[in-house]
Amino acid sequence: MNEKFDAIVVGAGPSGNAAAFTLAKAGLKVLQIERGEYPGSKNVQGAILYSDALEKIIPDFRDDAPLERHLIEQRMWVLDDESYIGTTYRSDDFNKPPYNRYTIIRAQFDKWFAKKVEEAGALLICETTVTELLMDGQRVIGVQTDREGGAVYADVVILADGVNSLLAKKAEFHPELQPKDVALAVKEIHFLPQETIESRFNIKGDEGVVIEMVGKITQGMVGTGFLYTNKESLTIGVGCMLSDFKQQKTSPYALLEQMKEHPSIKPLLANSEMKEYTAHLIPEGGYKAMPEIYGEGWMIVGDSGMFVNAVHREGSNLAMTTGRIAAETIIELTAQHKPMTAANLALYRESLDDTFVMKDLKKYKNMPDILHKNPHFFSAYPELLNRAAHTMLKVDGVDKKSKEREIRQSFVGKRSLFGLLSDAFKMWRAFE
Amino acid sequence: MITVKVEEKLFQNRYKVDVGRPHINIKNPDICRVECKTQECAVCCPAGCYTQEGNGRVVLITDGCLECGTCRIICSDFRNVDWEYPRGGYGILFKFG
Repeated sequence: MNEKFDAIVVGAGPSGNAAAFTLAKAGLKVLQIERGEYPGSKNVQGAILYSDALEKIIPDFRDDAPLERHLIEQRMWVLDDESYIGTTYRSDDFNKPPYNRYTIIRAQFDKWFAKKVEEAGALLICETTVTELLMDGQRVIGVQTDREGGAVYADVVILADGVNSLLAKKAEFHPELQPKDVALAVKEIHFLPQETIESRFNIKGDEGVVIEMVGKITQGMVGTGFLYTNKESLTIGVGCMLSDFKQQKTSPYALLEQMKEHPSIKPLLANSEMKEYTAHLIPEGGYKAMPEIYGEGWMIVGDSGMFVNAVHREGSNLAMTTGRIAAETIIELTAQHKPMTAANLALYRESLDDTFVMKDLKKYKNMPDILHKNPHFFSAYPELLNRAAHTMLKVDGVDKKSKEREIRQSFVGKRSLFGLLSDAFKMWRAFE
Repeated sequence: MITVKVEEKLFQNRYKVDVGRPHINIKNPDICRVECKTQECAVCCPAGCYTQEGNGRVVLITDGCLECGTCRIICSDFRNVDWEYPRGGYGILFKFG
């Protein structure tokens, strides 16, 4: 297989598929290499699909993409051990096509997306692991695979190889990830009859609900939990910073099991059948932890480039957008007969700077540090808020003014007045 | 506290095990046994691939590996985990992902 391609894309997740599709559609000779049995068989996500990012690649994706439910309701729960206090946003506007967000099942969705890539003209080979990048000095000239005679060459290689990105590390494009730069998430998929899901969540047809959760479920660690509705299944998961798992020595599956026992969560899962258990790292280091994303003959897209907005739980849309823009950069350089040098590929970074991807990452650049230094946001406040609600709502003969005083004292007692003000300031800084 | 058997969870998953060719290896078992006091891998691996033996040794069996990368990154003090992806087609085969 000593053929030469215009571009090689390593990986067939959202970023790799977006890149390969865009390149192939423009008529470039593209090879895409996937280590799984089929695209999707190694990939894990919650999962929510953000239409906007995909529309910019495949405008009519709704015609045949495997979509589960479109989201009409978002719940945010702040949990104590026995209760939660939360907000719900439900809108009929989200119930009008074209829908904005969908739940998806990644093994099915990635397979569909990869088929589109093949139809666009790219060559996809599966069950093939790329073992290293082939270099000529500082320049990437191709990849080595674990197939016999498995060297393949290209003008440019796009690394869409996911959060672990061993290739970038072996080539010393960036150092090993630190535990503080990744979250470890574990997840289960639970099957239930469609009618049961619809009655439990007050939805019908293809309507869907997401619940995002913070609080005692992460046992003091910086992290969040989630529960998403699919057509005939629910996905439930919890993710926390790996540095916190390391420090607290917490078992991730015990954490998930404990969360499922929460009295507000347990009834939603009752009588369901668990059919798969998965784990995945999420690169949540943010803007400050971002590696170099291009160089001589190479570009990085998606999770391998730390393209995740942890605050808004967005990743797949950043992945697709970076994949598309990397491809558009190559297409533009090709049209101008320019070589794939670092100086020319800098256009990729410049183009990304103008998109929501970099703007959002920059906006939240201080968030990871602030959260690492203030884990009480995830334990003390959920408890205080839940107790405050309990105090106010319980009718027990105590007058409301006394109840307010009790609540105020509980906040000051737990965090001190200065602590409360400083926390408010930190959160304002983090979101400004 | 509830007790959880991770084996029961992993039992739901599909694998194609590359028999005799583990994709992850402990580089130097003596480092785990003698130098590493914390052995977080044994607690934090979401598939429970690492177990602590009474004599301080850590034993790794990769058959149930979910290929997440936790063990490699969490071993930040010693970098004692040699971590590769399985050969093409082998390892975990997610049905849903």
